[in-house]
Amino acid sequence: MSRAPVRDLLVGLFVLAGLGAVAYLSFSVGGLSYGGPPRMPLYADFDEIGGLKPRAQVVISGVKVGQIGSIRLDQGYRARIQLDVDAALKLPIDTSASIMTAGLLGDRYVSLQVGGDNKLLQPGDQITMTESAVLLERVIGKLIYSGADRGKNQ
Amino acid sequence: MTWVADLGALALRFIDDLGRLGVFAGRIGRAVVVPPARIRAFVDEVYKLGVLSLVIIGVCGLAVGMVLGLQGYNTLARFGATTSLGAVVGLSLIRELGPVLTALLATGRAGSATTAEIGTMVATEQLDALRMMSVDPIDLVATPRALAMTAVMPLLSALFIVCGLFGGYLVGVGLMGVDAGSYMSSLESAVDFHDDVLGSLLKALIFGVLVGLVATYRGHTTVPTSAGVAAATTSTVVVASVSILVFDYFITALWGV
Repeated sequence: MSRAPVRDLLVGLFVLAGLGAVAYLSFSVGGLSYGGPPRMPLYADFDEIGGLKPRAQVVISGVKVGQIGSIRLDQGYRARIQLDVDAALKLPIDTSASIMTAGLLGDRYVSLQVGGDNKLLQPGDQITMTESAVLLERVIGKLIYSGADRGKNQ
Repeated sequence: MTWVADLGALALRFIDDLGRLGVFAGRIGRAVVVPPARIRAFVDEVYKLGVLSLVIIGVCGLAVGMVLGLQGYNTLARFGATTSLGAVVGLSLIRELGPVLTALLATGRAGSATTAEIGTMVATEQLDALRMMSVDPIDLVATPRALAMTAVMPLLSALFIVCGLFGGYLVGVGLMGVDAGSYMSSLESAVDFHDDVLGSLLKALIFGVLVGLVATYRGHTTVPTSAGVAAATTSTVVVASVSILVFDYFITALWGV
């Protein structure tokens, strides 16, 4: 078969466009990281994580600074989650972590409240002060029972 | 009792056909590995199967994305969850609609043409002429086509998905007034590379192998008459479409993509 420069060019462009689409889906949409900014792992134990999932956001003041790595049980049957946060952050050792909900029924994420200590958290350190997820059904349950108690007292 | 015998004959013919397809696939696999590599023929086929399918893939992707955006918006609006539109459009396109619809379109657009082409070669005794010159027609004719179909399918599927995401964005953000940032962020947080994108590409690759094999096999086994070519082309579209959908179910059930 003879060489056809225009056709070859079109095939080349097609392959480039296809690979570009694959790359867009993988990196931008799929969240595959290619190196990116260096991350440092931090650990935090929670009594209750609600519906927190891996790859959920970690934010400080609402700004995304990292994501949840892994979630598992530690020896004391508490949830141990790994937070992969931007390594450039200088987080004091008394930083606390709490699990929040976006909106009333939205996704769970972890919010860090930066402390004031001079000592800084090192990669692999544990955040000791944590606030567990608030479960809506428990709040509603409490509300109902406290309402019933009040009705009895009157 | 004749219908029992008919059923038996049908089953035997099916198994016989499946075995021949297996042997055919083996010979194509051997031709892929053993030199000479027919790169020119392969590039020509990528042009015919890929580049010429671009318009239909783009238009269909856009249309499917726009419909998904509209339907998704109307359903989500009932629950006040329209900010999740990106996740709905993205997940359905990436996990299911992208690979499956691309494979069905490629079957109709390129698979049928491949079968008709090879079938006509059979009917006009061109493949016999090749055999007379001791050139293996599977190596020269079938392998580049099957290989090109396999290579092209994931690329077409990815382009289909990107067009669909854009179509959903167009309707959701442009027409329905969903916030652009929440469309993209719900899309990006819902889609995972390992769970969704990789599975989508794997599906497209398997469909590519399937369509390429069925199209070239049906072409090779064409009854050498004009009615035979017509029957082979129809059979390619039917068999490939049905097996795409069946395989899709099993891939999803087994690997959860």
